[in-house]
Amino acid sequence: MNADLQESPRFQKPVERRDFLGLAALWSAGVSFFVALLGTLRLPMPSVFPESSSQVKLGPLEKFKGVKMTAFPELRLWVFSDEKGLFALSAVCTHLGCVVGMEEDGGFYCPCHGSRFDAAGKNIAGPAPRPLPYLKLFVSPDGQLVVDRKKEVNRKVRLTV
Amino acid sequence: MTSHENPGQPMQETSSGVQTAEANKNEKAPQSNGALRTLLSNLMETPRQFRHSMIRHGRPTSDRAASQAVFTNVFLHILPTRIHKYSLRPSATWGLGLISLVLFVLLFVTGVLLMIYYKPSTDQAYDSMKELQYIVPTGRFMRNIHRWAAHGMVACVILHMARAFYTSSYKSPRQFNWVVGMVLFVLTLALSFTGYLLPWDQLAYWAATIGSQIAESPRELTDALHITEWFDIGGFQKHLLLGADHVGQEALIRFYVLHVMVLPLLTTIFLVVHFWRIRKDGGLTRPSSADEVSEGTTLIPSADGAVTVQAGPVTTTVNPNKTYGLMAVVRGKTPLVDRALANTLPTYPHALYAIAAVTMLTVAVMLALGYFYDAPLKELANPAVPENPAKAPWYFLGLQELVSYSAFMGGVGIPAIVVIGLMLVPYLDREREDVGLWFSGPRGKRVTLGTALFTIVVVLSMLTFTVKYGWLRNWYPDIPQIVITFVNPGTVMLVAYVAWSFLITKLTNSTRMGALAVFTCFLISFVILTYFATVHRGPNWEFYWSKSQWPVH
Repeated sequence: MNADLQESPRFQKPVERRDFLGLAALWSAGVSFFVALLGTLRLPMPSVFPESSSQVKLGPLEKFKGVKMTAFPELRLWVFSDEKGLFALSAVCTHLGCVVGMEEDGGFYCPCHGSRFDAAGKNIAGPAPRPLPYLKLFVSPDGQLVVDRKKEVNRKVRLTV
Repeated sequence: MTSHENPGQPMQETSSGVQTAEANKNEKAPQSNGALRTLLSNLMETPRQFRHSMIRHGRPTSDRAASQAVFTNVFLHILPTRIHKYSLRPSATWGLGLISLVLFVLLFVTGVLLMIYYKPSTDQAYDSMKELQYIVPTGRFMRNIHRWAAHGMVACVILHMARAFYTSSYKSPRQFNWVVGMVLFVLTLALSFTGYLLPWDQLAYWAATIGSQIAESPRELTDALHITEWFDIGGFQKHLLLGADHVGQEALIRFYVLHVMVLPLLTTIFLVVHFWRIRKDGGLTRPSSADEVSEGTTLIPSADGAVTVQAGPVTTTVNPNKTYGLMAVVRGKTPLVDRALANTLPTYPHALYAIAAVTMLTVAVMLALGYFYDAPLKELANPAVPENPAKAPWYFLGLQELVSYSAFMGGVGIPAIVVIGLMLVPYLDREREDVGLWFSGPRGKRVTLGTALFTIVVVLSMLTFTVKYGWLRNWYPDIPQIVITFVNPGTVMLVAYVAWSFLITKLTNSTRMGALAVFTCFLISFVILTYFATVHRGPNWEFYWSKSQWPVH
């Protein structure tokens, strides 16, 4: 190595063997502590969340035929029927999870931050970033109407009966 | 150090010396009960010996003994043995940091008492609140104090931060302590928020629901970019906080563990670092004029480096080499480095009495508040029906107003920008002039006042505009969400403040003035937004001039 380079302030001495071993020991200690820390952080994330099944039986299908609106406040959803069939609309505001209420004109409002949705669940004012979700409906073998609260469907989908 | 470590030692040596002599005498005399007699006399001596072993100095009657009292006590040694006169002025700090600490201790004590009855289960939490309210002697009182102290602590921490900022106390060498202070500010808010869920009433349930949805709100951004399926940071944060999809038993126990264990522990650790750094960074900030030797004081240096200070009738000789050898390690201005001892006072009694007075006053105010004003408790949590309006505690209401424009920007984006921005201030503004002076002098006062006016105009016009005309979605219902996420009243205000601060920096040619502008913007908008959301937001988060206009159900 030429002498000029070694004298320049940017020149870094090569790591000696003794220093290398010391640094390696230090880094392995650091890395193992870090990995152990990551291991402890894994615990708060359970593999299965303690939730009841997302599919809930709502009652015999006949009950819903032709009934314009049925409310399920405990499940936070409504079941509507129009000329094409049945559909379920979530009552959970897409902004911050408050439960929306229904207005006289058929639209919805959120009491927490004033989001508004039209009768089809589309967000028309306020901070809600998305329309109210349409939930999947199907009929179980025993003739009951079932809603899947975790499955969102396209807003044009109807359960024909 | 060695020279003043053991003032009580001679005393101790004398007494133990006497004992040794006695023991020797006993040993010499061939009496069968000699050791027993020693034992007895040792027993009689024990209280005095115990006191000497615990406290090694005599009564703090002299300056020297008073210094020893502070220096050798593990709890007091966080204070210097002598304190600068300026630091003792009420207007230097208004005691705000100390009040915050006192409230933290008060919260610790009342919190432990409440834990005796509180059961963190969704079935029993609300009942244990009722139990505390109606059955447990002083239960309601303790809960009230806990609640008022929590509110007081948030207020004092914010005011303390403002004091530190306006007196330039974030400047070198105190940059890191300012960052530690910001961490403590965030921890204080986190403690308040986690405590809010524990009563399991309507307010608690819906505040926690909103809070956890704010943790999930990065989905607003990832949804707009269509990457939520692969990168769902929002869902991860929410699940980490709640341990479930909804606020329930898992969430309650997590908030409980955070509130009574994790966060208090972290806060204590950061507090220790905070106090330690005050000492290591050279005490409280003071203007350079405070270090001038007052009239009537003469300094007489001698050949060995000692300085004799004559201030009126008091004469003190200080030998910096001998007594304060370790001070060489301490950076910054120490009371004695080329300055007069005349401007300092012994910590005992002057600072300790001031501390005791502030502590007493703080506790008295909390007792009075707790006695006369009850902490609210709404009806039992009902997951089907939200409160209307569902309002967070006052210090989060400014944020709630921002959240009502965009969940992500109001709840995550803007707060993160503000906290990180304030943490960076000491590294961006490194001017060293006028440290310790409120607002850095008359020019700073003008800038602060001008910025306050500018902020008031900006906030009020944005609020008026939003209330009167709505925002983008009211005009263009099909507008993509990402536009609203980045262009909403909150971000518009933020951009206005940043632009104003750059303008001030350019016009005054001073980074300190820019920093004053940034902080004033933050402080004034915090105050106005908090006021606005507290008073003028009613059911459905609509605007009302006063609560009396709220619709009756």
